Amino acid sequence: MNLRFTAAMSATLLLAFASASVAQVPTDYLKSLETAAHAAEPGFAGFSAQRGRAWFNARHGTDWSCSTCHTEDPLTAGRHATTGRSIAAMAPAANPERLTDTAKIEKWFKRNCGDVLGRACTPAEKGDVIAYLTSLKR
Amino acid sequence: MMLNERKRKWFDAVVWSVSALFAAGLTVDAAHADSHRYAVDNAVYRAECGSCHVAYPPALLGADSWRAIMQGLQQHFGTDASVSDAKRTEVTAYLVGASGGKRSAATPLRITESQWFRKEHAEIAAATWKRPVVKSAANCEACHRQANSGDFSEHSIRVPR
Repeated sequence: MNLRFTAAMSATLLLAFASASVAQVPTDYLKSLETAAHAAEPGFAGFSAQRGRAWFNARHGTDWSCSTCHTEDPLTAGRHATTGRSIAAMAPAANPERLTDTAKIEKWFKRNCGDVLGRACTPAEKGDVIAYLTSLKR
Repeated sequence: MMLNERKRKWFDAVVWSVSALFAAGLTVDAAHADSHRYAVDNAVYRAECGSCHVAYPPALLGADSWRAIMQGLQQHFGTDASVSDAKRTEVTAYLVGASGGKRSAATPLRITESQWFRKEHAEIAAATWKRPVVKSAANCEACHRQANSGDFSEHSIRVPR
C-alpha cells in the first residue's frame, strides 16, 4: 500500500466520520427547556416541529418574523433585513455549526426574540423552533 | 590606513541601512493611506458585531464615537445588540485602541454621516443606493466585496446593477 493510497483512505474515513457525527443540540440544554416548559404549562406535551415552523414564519406584533432574515427555507442562507449582511443557513443539516453551543443559542434567542416579539421567547417557543430547524433535511 | 577604510565601510553601511529603513517606512505609510485597506483583527468584535453588519474598520470612527456606540448597545440603531459585560469591555478596548479619531470634530454614530464618507461616495447616484441588493449604506459589501476583511481598495469595488 503506497503512501498516497493510505492518505486518500484516511481522508475518506475522516470525511465519513465527520458527516456521521452531524451537529447535536446540547442535550442538557434541551432538557432544561423541557423542564421549564413543563413548569410553565402543566399540559405541555413535548416540542413540535410543526408548531415551530408556523411560529418561525409568522409575525408576532412587529415588522419582522424569524423568516424575514432567515428566509422560509432555513436550509438556505438568509440576509439581514436592515443591513443586508448575509446570514449563514440556520438548519444544522445545511450548517453543522448551528445549535451546537448553548451560550450562542441563548445569546441569539435573547437578541432576536427582542427584535421579532418585543419580549423574551418562552421555553416552549425555543424548543419548538429548535425542533423545526433540526427536523429539516437536505 | 586599514582602520580608516574599515571605519568608512561601517559608516556607509549604517547610512545605507538607515535610509533604506526610512524609505521603506515612507512607502508603507503612503501605501496605507492610499490603499483603503484597514486592519479588522479582533475575533470577539468580528463575531459579536460582524454577524449583523460588516465588521467596520475601527479606524473609520473616532474613539469617542466608539465609546458612545458601545455604551448604547441596548438600543443600537433600532435593535438590542447588547453583549455580556466581559465582551463589551474587550470590544470597546479594541475599537478605542484602533480608532481613527481625526475624521471629524463631532462624534458621529454612523460612519456614513461623516464628511469624508460623503466625499468618497460623491459619484454614486441616489438611485444606486436604492437598489434592492444595496439596501442600505451600511451594506458596504454590496460594492466593496472584501469589506468584511477591511479591504476597501479600488480594485475590489464592484457596483451591482
